[in-house]
Amino acid sequence: MRPGAFRYLAATSLDEVLENLSELGDEVTLLAGGQSLIPLMNLRLARPEVLVDLNRVPGLAGIDLVDGELRIGAMVRAADVASDPIVTGSLPALARAAAFIGHPQIRNRTTIGGNISHADPSSELPGVLAAFEGSVTLKSLRGERRVGWDEFIVSTFTNSREADELVVDVRFPVRPGWSFAYDEVAPRHGDYPLAGICAGVQISDGIVRGMRLVAVGVSDRPVVLTGVAQFALGRELDAATIKELGKVGREEVSANDDAHASSEYRKWLVGTLINRILGNLVLEQR
Amino acid sequence: MKINGTHDDPVGIRADTRLLDYLRDQQGLRGTKEACGRGECGACTVLIDGRPVLSCITLAVRVDGDVETIEGVTAESAELRRQFAEHGAFQCGFCTPGQIVRGVALLRQGLPADDNALRAAISGNVCRCTGYSGIVSALRAAEENIAMADSGENS
Ligand SMILES: Cc1cc2nc3c(=O)[nH]c(=O)nc-3n(C[C@H](O)[C@H](O)[C@H](O)COP(=O)(O)OP(=O)(O)OC[C@H]3O[C@@H](n4cnc5c(N)ncnc54)[C@H](O)[C@@H]3O)c2cc1C
Ligand code: FES
Ligand code: FES
Repeated sequence: MRPGAFRYLAATSLDEVLENLSELGDEVTLLAGGQSLIPLMNLRLARPEVLVDLNRVPGLAGIDLVDGELRIGAMVRAADVASDPIVTGSLPALARAAAFIGHPQIRNRTTIGGNISHADPSSELPGVLAAFEGSVTLKSLRGERRVGWDEFIVSTFTNSREADELVVDVRFPVRPGWSFAYDEVAPRHGDYPLAGICAGVQISDGIVRGMRLVAVGVSDRPVVLTGVAQFALGRELDAATIKELGKVGREEVSANDDAHASSEYRKWLVGTLINRILGNLVLEQR
Repeated sequence: MKINGTHDDPVGIRADTRLLDYLRDQQGLRGTKEACGRGECGACTVLIDGRPVLSCITLAVRVDGDVETIEGVTAESAELRRQFAEHGAFQCGFCTPGQIVRGVALLRQGLPADDNALRAAISGNVCRCTGYSGIVSALRAAEENIAMADSGENS
């Protein structure tokens, strides 16, 4: 249970990271919180040649609201996303989702940049990023670019970062007039969810004007449930409609079968979570 | 890095050394245990700058802060350890150093009032022997006794 040998570089500036990435490309493995990478290295499932440690690099921290977006530095820890007053004030659904990651020891180290980059299909935060139609900022010596979640998260453990690029921040648009929530079902507290839902609704005069619904844990990446949103538009979210929306959601997902849960059970969870979340969001609006 | 209050700047330490191995093999601090070696059980919990982290998935080279191990919290954890014994909060004892270190961090903050929240807070520390009721009641009793002792001192 020990990692194999590798070269270790404790980078102390962003330029140093970018220069190494530019020169060595995919020989470099970036080390953020290490909460996915080090277990993989201990099991020898990952054998990096050069490990570039981001933990001493200034300029990757910070949580702020800029141009209508919540910008979170790549190295901000999950524990801080869960408790930061700017996050809990402006995007409580994100704070709640971050509190579902692993257990306290894991959250103290896990970073938002590492979590999104790792692109685990059962991860909470990629689903929240998808629900908000957020993006990541990628930086390299060639320049900087913003990439929407849909382009960044490709499939299981795969993102669209080029080998010379670094994720420097993750951005969530703040959507005035919308309410978002996140909820999930996991085998035990702290486990990856069997299914999770991030939902956002915009309601005026009791009528749904907009809805975003994203499921995690059911496919190789977050799934946007457009059918449910379409069905909800123009309707009142009364008990009967919410029940119907759960049914639409259950039929819309084609969930995976695996050792943890059957496809049928996951679909059922999606329906139940939709009922639960929308019910609570409506209660909050009253 | 500081270990249990003493400055320690590891020179020539291999980058692939986990904090866990550094503490156990090079510092002789054997109280910190390894069970799963992959971040799932909490046996290897230590505090870095007061926050509980898992030493089996932390590289020693990247640690800058104050590390506290079970050996470093001996005095502070005396009442908690007494209550662990009192409440049957361990059997084989392998998870216990991790539970105590986690417990010390929680007692510093004040335990969550709600039992479900307390159970969530210790969910990273798996115990295969006892079930968790003993651990929860030991934590509660320790907090109460420490508070009583403190108010006794002040009056
Ligand atoms: C017991 C346990 C339970 C867990 N439960 C959950 C859970 O419920 N939900 C969940 O979402 N996760 C869970 N995790 C995973 C944990 O949250 C990981 O920490 C996270 O997925 C990766 O974040 P990290 O900062 O630790 O990244 P690392 O492990 O350091 O890196 C992960 C990957 O991302 C790359 N990377 C890191 N930072 C950057 C960057 N800035 N730019 C580009 N690439 C980068 C790395 O090179 C690596 O390939 C759990 C882990 C454990 C051990
Ligand atoms: S040994 Fe570190 S978490 Fe199990
Ligand atoms: S006492 Fe044996 S694992 Fe907890």
